[in-house]
Amino acid sequence: MSNPNPVSGSPDKEPATEAQEARSEARANPTAPAGDSERAVAATATKEPPAEPRPSLGRLFLDNLWAANTVTVTVLAVLLAMLVGAVLIIVSDPAVLATYGYITARPSDAINSSWTVVSEAYANLFKGAIFDPEASGFTAALSPISETLTYTAPLVFTGLSVALAFRGGLFNIGAQGQATIGVILAAAAGFALPLPPGVHLLVALIAGAAGGAIWGFIPGILKARTGAHEVINTIMLNYVAVYFLSWIIIQNGVQNPRRADAISKPVEASAQLPRLLGDNLRVHAGILLAVLATWFVAWLLNRSTLGFELRAVGANPDAARTAGISVTKTFVLVMVIAGVLAGLGGSNMVLGSTADALTPQVVAQIGFDGILVALLGRVKPWGVLMAALLFGALQAGGNRMQSYSGISLELVTVLQALIVIFIAAPALVKAIFQLRAARAARLQTSLAKGW
Amino acid sequence: MEPGEIHALLGENGAGKSTLMNVLYGLYQPDEGEILVDGRPLKLKGPSDAIAAGIGMVHQHFMLVPVFTVAENVMLGAEQVKGGFTGFLDRRRARREVAEVSERYNLRVDPDAVIEDLPVGIQQRVEIVKALTREVDLLILDEPTAVLTPQETEELLAVMRSLKAAGKSIVFITHKLGEVKAIADRITVIRRGKTVGTASPSASRDELAALMVGRSVRLTVDKKPATPGKPILEVSGLVVDDDRQVRAVDGVDLTVHAGEVLGIAGVQGNGQTELIEAVMGLRPVLAGTVTLDGETVHGWPTKKVLRAGVGYVPEDRSVDGLVKEFSVAENLVLDIYDRPPFGKGLSLKPDAIAQSAKERIEQFDVRTSSADAPVGTLSGGNQQKVIVARELSRPLKLFIAAQPTRGVDVGSIEFIHSRVIRERDIGTAVMVVSSELDEVIGLADRIAVMYRGRIIGVVSPDTPREEIGLLMAGITPDTAAAAPEGPGNEDNA
Amino acid sequence: MAVPEVAVTAVDEGFWTRTRKTGAVVLALGLLAAVLFGALATDQQARFTLSETEGGAALEINGTVGAILFGLIAAAAGAALLAGVPKRWFTLLLGVGLVGFVLSFLCWQVSAAPAGSNFMPLVNVVRNTFVLALPLIFGALAGVLCERSGVVNVAIEGQLLMGAFSGALFGSISGSVWVGLVAAAIGGAFISLLLAVFAIRYLVDQVVMGIVLNLLAVGITGFLYERLMQTDATKYNSAPRFGTWEIPLLKDIPLIGPALFRSNIFLYLGLLLVLVIHFALFRTRWGLRTRSVGEHPTAADTLGVKVLRLRYRNVIMAGLVAGVGGASYTLALFSFTKNMIGGKGFIALAALIFGRWSPTGALLAALFFGFADQLATYLGAIGSSIPSQFLAMLPYLATILAVAGLVGRVRAPAADGKPYIKG
Repeated sequence: MSNPNPVSGSPDKEPATEAQEARSEARANPTAPAGDSERAVAATATKEPPAEPRPSLGRLFLDNLWAANTVTVTVLAVLLAMLVGAVLIIVSDPAVLATYGYITARPSDAINSSWTVVSEAYANLFKGAIFDPEASGFTAALSPISETLTYTAPLVFTGLSVALAFRGGLFNIGAQGQATIGVILAAAAGFALPLPPGVHLLVALIAGAAGGAIWGFIPGILKARTGAHEVINTIMLNYVAVYFLSWIIIQNGVQNPRRADAISKPVEASAQLPRLLGDNLRVHAGILLAVLATWFVAWLLNRSTLGFELRAVGANPDAARTAGISVTKTFVLVMVIAGVLAGLGGSNMVLGSTADALTPQVVAQIGFDGILVALLGRVKPWGVLMAALLFGALQAGGNRMQSYSGISLELVTVLQALIVIFIAAPALVKAIFQLRAARAARLQTSLAKGW
Repeated sequence: MEPGEIHALLGENGAGKSTLMNVLYGLYQPDEGEILVDGRPLKLKGPSDAIAAGIGMVHQHFMLVPVFTVAENVMLGAEQVKGGFTGFLDRRRARREVAEVSERYNLRVDPDAVIEDLPVGIQQRVEIVKALTREVDLLILDEPTAVLTPQETEELLAVMRSLKAAGKSIVFITHKLGEVKAIADRITVIRRGKTVGTASPSASRDELAALMVGRSVRLTVDKKPATPGKPILEVSGLVVDDDRQVRAVDGVDLTVHAGEVLGIAGVQGNGQTELIEAVMGLRPVLAGTVTLDGETVHGWPTKKVLRAGVGYVPEDRSVDGLVKEFSVAENLVLDIYDRPPFGKGLSLKPDAIAQSAKERIEQFDVRTSSADAPVGTLSGGNQQKVIVARELSRPLKLFIAAQPTRGVDVGSIEFIHSRVIRERDIGTAVMVVSSELDEVIGLADRIAVMYRGRIIGVVSPDTPREEIGLLMAGITPDTAAAAPEGPGNEDNA
Repeated sequence: MAVPEVAVTAVDEGFWTRTRKTGAVVLALGLLAAVLFGALATDQQARFTLSETEGGAALEINGTVGAILFGLIAAAAGAALLAGVPKRWFTLLLGVGLVGFVLSFLCWQVSAAPAGSNFMPLVNVVRNTFVLALPLIFGALAGVLCERSGVVNVAIEGQLLMGAFSGALFGSISGSVWVGLVAAAIGGAFISLLLAVFAIRYLVDQVVMGIVLNLLAVGITGFLYERLMQTDATKYNSAPRFGTWEIPLLKDIPLIGPALFRSNIFLYLGLLLVLVIHFALFRTRWGLRTRSVGEHPTAADTLGVKVLRLRYRNVIMAGLVAGVGGASYTLALFSFTKNMIGGKGFIALAALIFGRWSPTGALLAALFFGFADQLATYLGAIGSSIPSQFLAMLPYLATILAVAGLVGRVRAPAADGKPYIKG
């Protein structure tokens, strides 16, 4: 039986090598526009999230104040996480550790060797995610950004999925399962339907969205009808989806007839998201869809009647009900929309450049990462986009760190988890740094009503 | 406090009675001042210190674990164990102790009953047993009668007398004058966190009320005589259950006419809440009919009822009335956000919402820093005004206000009352539910008294208070001679 | 009005009580089994051998007859439930119904297996059921300890994983199984300490924290595995293993003896812990206080129970238990591999919920899930047409049904997941 665990720490490693090839190929031809990389630097540092609607100047000021605080905590959380990561790198390197054996005799050895190993690792992280100063050539220079954006796109969708549900008072741990069902339907539409280019892609995306919607609908309707806790049900459905995926891959008509292992037929080219910067760079139209989705969710939350209902139900279901809003209907709708978003995230994994066929690990762990992304983005749409960029960058950089410095990719998982832990408890970060912040940039953590 | 004394602590809602007693019980820490027990100053770090000092407390919201048995609840925190360090519970002894105590003070509780299956009155006895097994000398009862039926109240008073006879001291916190006069040996009146006077139970109601409220307010509302029109709301044979599937409304008939205020009086928990929620479509109607202006509305979803021209101020504003995280402006459109000009189809019009918020805030004198401030930052009175403003901002046929001035400052009370009357005068049918009899008398043109899920009588506001009070206790002129209890449906409780 | 409308709609019972609904489901399943499995079964004898092989004593039944018979037994149990029997019969009848259904299914499968493999070695099945259930038992007990005191433990997976890892690491370095065992417990407790501190001290949402901690555990163990264990496996990943401890006398009981009492320390420890925790929870002062803190912390506080201290203590104990559960892999069966718990922590969570937050319930649920897992292996071996993936889904689907109230009723401790803030 294949390993069905979605909390898997090992996302596909193929893209890394593929990317390296691209990079080394591209090293031949120079010209490197620096503008893009600078923008990405700004983005990964999580500058103040761009505009949600701003009615007045006073409000704008307040927003900025709040955002500044968020940024402070976020930056410090990232620094703290990297510090812990550095400790891990040091203690897991026997050679470096050996120098600590005689630290009293020659402290410089220990310090130097620690510094070397840590700085080299993080330098590679940076080079893989944002910009490699040694890279020469258009493709090589853009490659890190391209990688970052490629990893970012699906995380935006799953992050939005979790964030939207959060705002509606539901904790969607099921983005993983929704993405899984989404990826199955998207891939099936991609290899089974004979459709012209364009239409084919559209149909595949719709199929993916529908798959996610179905998988979101189930916990939604169970919550509405029986009060069954969505956290339990979404966790369980994640696993049901994983087993379903591992079953369907090996069915006749799905499995690639030329392969013995568990892999499906490839998605037709007509159903693939077009690449944005030529065939050598992996970044594809998924990132544009992601930005579009972010805009849509922002509009939905703040500028639509449905969003009003959703936020009211999320903040106080009793008052919402008293005001005539159907809480049960809203629960179902929220979960369906969250499912659609996660399903699109899943579709990205098979219609984009990450993979073109179903495998048991095809969705990696975008659903679980989506939870972290949503929390890091303070469950606000544009915040989610920024957080997804940071996570995408870590992922892309982690690949390079792994192949160049031999630092396992799991370090990225550690960093991501730590960042969110520190974000989740701003009181801790403030205590460590003796901050005297005016307003807590606290997560909306009051959601859990237990089960 | 003397031994064997019942000391009543009298004060309005929010006067600081409960806070004081929570300090006494060690739940809150005092900012300054000290507590003397037997002449010695006492430092209470937590409830266990209070228990050790012989202080027990029956909280307003019972502190019982619903899924535990009576015996388990009683022994919790002071468990009798055997078997040394393993800490095996001595259940038999706990059971015996419960039986003994309940026998000694005539409390009648079954040690093996599970709390959640017991009626409120019995649960309260469990609380008292719990305190007594800890051998307290001083028992604090925080608003013990708020949730009790008059009969249960009588039984409680009897228990208090027998405790007193056994030499226990009791602090009895309440805002009900009648009970105080019935049982207290000494009365301390508290207002806004300060002792404003002590009195003996022989003091007249008026004196006590004046002490309690601060100024002699007779709640008078300026109003002209009503000119009732056609019937708007007609309820007949309505039957509704409460959350625990216990019959709460048991065959209610009532009519509210256009241009009149029907006041519903009654001790809290006699089905008023469920009646209104059923009318609003928030609670299933098991039998009977509800018609609004001739149209049958029971079974309608709440939204449709609201759309049909019903305004509703729910009794618990922070739970049902407002979304605290939402801005004042958003709360002002909470039930009309999807109607033009605020919303059309899927799209919301923030400008229209802001514009209307500005007007409402002015018209209804809502004191807020801005329309964008979260409504949770406003004072209780202003929060209530937000709800009233929202509900009175559209054309209504029927306006239902439940406890419209609970926890609201005096200025806002007057404002809200005048708005209610103004609504009546433009021809809206108005129904006001309040557990404050004075408010009902002041506002209503007719008063329906509710008792145990039924309308036990409909009287004019000129009826003497005492008579209405008797009705609230379930005593109608014709049953007064017979059994003192109401129409024999105790079994429902 | 504090109760949302969902609760209002869920209670329109009348004739269709929960018992009757369950009865209808069981009846339908039983009839389905009798008809479908009966038709698909062959006339081969279905042999259930009391050994590990084909030979020896066995229970035998004609496949078709067995499938129909057991299907009808299940149907009868369902019909009894539907007829409205007293509540105390509910669990028994439901059990009979489910067991009947499973047996009917087995009669079909075993009889329809290729010639020569029309047998099911029960010793194997029982032993492997327990082996597969073992991490679930430890994990679910960790869940019981946490959630009964009001802290949601979604981090079971992480606690198991960290236990497995530190057991392997320190067991290898020290060369002692006992050092490894202690290290494993501490490793699990490390994750649960983080959960406790962030959930109790910093009031972070407990589900969020659990999810993040799982990722953290995957990350840290995976990272150190690659850096240390893969580079020098003999030094860091070759922990000694606990041998088999045979229990005198008990080991000679037919079927049960060879299946259960020729096992390693972890099985005995797990079963012992179930008993100990069960009695402690329902019979001791600690248990009473723990349950009160999970149900109504304010009430407990007013009676002088130290709510937060008790929660800290129980959450950390949960980590110790789960850590030992992790060691049941690395100090008895396998060397450590990346992410070796593979979702067992979440099945443990399912077992906890399916077992209604009680230690014995969790044990039964874990065994049921372990059996489903073992059955998948067995059916694969006899070349059954039933896809193993669907059997693997069983625990999750069963939990969804249980939570939705379709099979019995589950109710979490009332204060589970709610941070306690004084005043």
